[in-house]
Amino acid sequence: MSDFFSAFADDLPQLRSGLWVTLEATVLGALVALLLSFVLGLMSISRLLVARGVSRVVVEFFRGTSLYVQLFWLYYAMPPLTGYELTPLLCGVVAFGLNYGAYGAEVVRGAINSVPRAQYEAAVALNMTPLHRMRKVILPQAWVQMIPSFTNLFIQLLKCTPLLWLISAADLMTVIEKLRSRTGETLTAYVTLLVCYFVLAYALTLLMNLLERSAKRRLGLATGGGSLLKSRSAVTAPAAGGTR
Amino acid sequence: MNEGFDWNAAGDALPLILQGFKVTLLATVLGTLVAAVLGLAIAVAGRAPSRFVTVPVKVVMEFIRSTPLLVQLVGAAALFTSVEPLTIGIVVLGIHYATYTSEVYRAGIDGVPKGQWEACRALSMTPRRTWQAVILPQAVRNVLPALGNYAISMFKETPFLAVITVQEMVFEARKYGGDHFAYTEVFTLAGLVFLVASYPTSLLMRKLEKRLGH
Repeated sequence: MSDFFSAFADDLPQLRSGLWVTLEATVLGALVALLLSFVLGLMSISRLLVARGVSRVVVEFFRGTSLYVQLFWLYYAMPPLTGYELTPLLCGVVAFGLNYGAYGAEVVRGAINSVPRAQYEAAVALNMTPLHRMRKVILPQAWVQMIPSFTNLFIQLLKCTPLLWLISAADLMTVIEKLRSRTGETLTAYVTLLVCYFVLAYALTLLMNLLERSAKRRLGLATGGGSLLKSRSAVTAPAAGGTR
Repeated sequence: MNEGFDWNAAGDALPLILQGFKVTLLATVLGTLVAAVLGLAIAVAGRAPSRFVTVPVKVVMEFIRSTPLLVQLVGAAALFTSVEPLTIGIVVLGIHYATYTSEVYRAGIDGVPKGQWEACRALSMTPRRTWQAVILPQAVRNVLPALGNYAISMFKETPFLAVITVQEMVFEARKYGGDHFAYTEVFTLAGLVFLVASYPTSLLMRKLEKRLGH
């Protein structure tokens, strides 16, 4: 066991850069996903049939074809077909963003629909423009509803980043996998790796809970005392058709 | 540079991909079975009267749920080298998803009115009989659509098994693609097979959800 940890200490710079790649993929992927969720989600409640149709097709397509296949398609299939080549990390960011953006679109749509109808009517009665109505009345309320679901999605996304190992981006898994094959300490290496991801997931949860608290405070809603440490519930984790 | 889509290669690869699809389906069905049974056991254990049972169960579940399936798979395959990769894949998928399904069952169990528990006590039913005859029949009915949705999610994560050399669909696709340099064709086909198989199933689940919900 000490073998592994002394190698671990020796390779600290590589570990740091591996961790950095994992974090980059997670954060950038999450940002792309967030942006796409809003675009697709707002399109799906649009009055235009074309916008609704496009959103539906895109969402079903990226949810229906496996993330794994999408990533491999971007990495292996796109260069010969189009002549464009993405770096492994960028492949990851695009694939994670598209896949989780498709799931997130349902979250955005559901949350906007859950804002009471009367809020919308009041904004109309006050003669607010559609943009103003969305920005100042509907979205702040919907956003609070969305955060827990986005927490789940982002943790799912984090849990998919080891896929980068397969397309030779030097992420955390790649680095520790190398350490494992060099020291032969299989159990220690994988337990360490799992603990790393667990810590990252927990930090992400904490961050999102903070975000939720501030969003709630802005609406003047009560924020429960221990809510920062509560972990996400698995019930709302993405299941193929199960977004409410 | 631009080589386009080779239909002949796609035609050649299709039988192989469909053969791999059988393994994919097998892993999904058996994995779902493990997840459904184990998830129920975990949910029931989570309501055990002693904290010495509920707290460790909760901690282990949280850990498995928060860590990547891929690492769990690769780790299990490296530790249990004598076990068949497909078996490892099914068990790890099953355990990983059991941590999700147990939450679904838990919600279902919590949804059974308190009066039902009290009535069982009043009739002095044994705990075993309480669960079997009263609580579970009511709890399980409502969780079916959610279980179905997890089965679809699992289906789309079975390509992870290719990493531990299970010869499922993406494994076959990748092999053919590597041998004939036809990655574009095989991965497009594999993606389409996933779409064709999962979309109608998810529509079905949505229908089931609506019917049970109202």
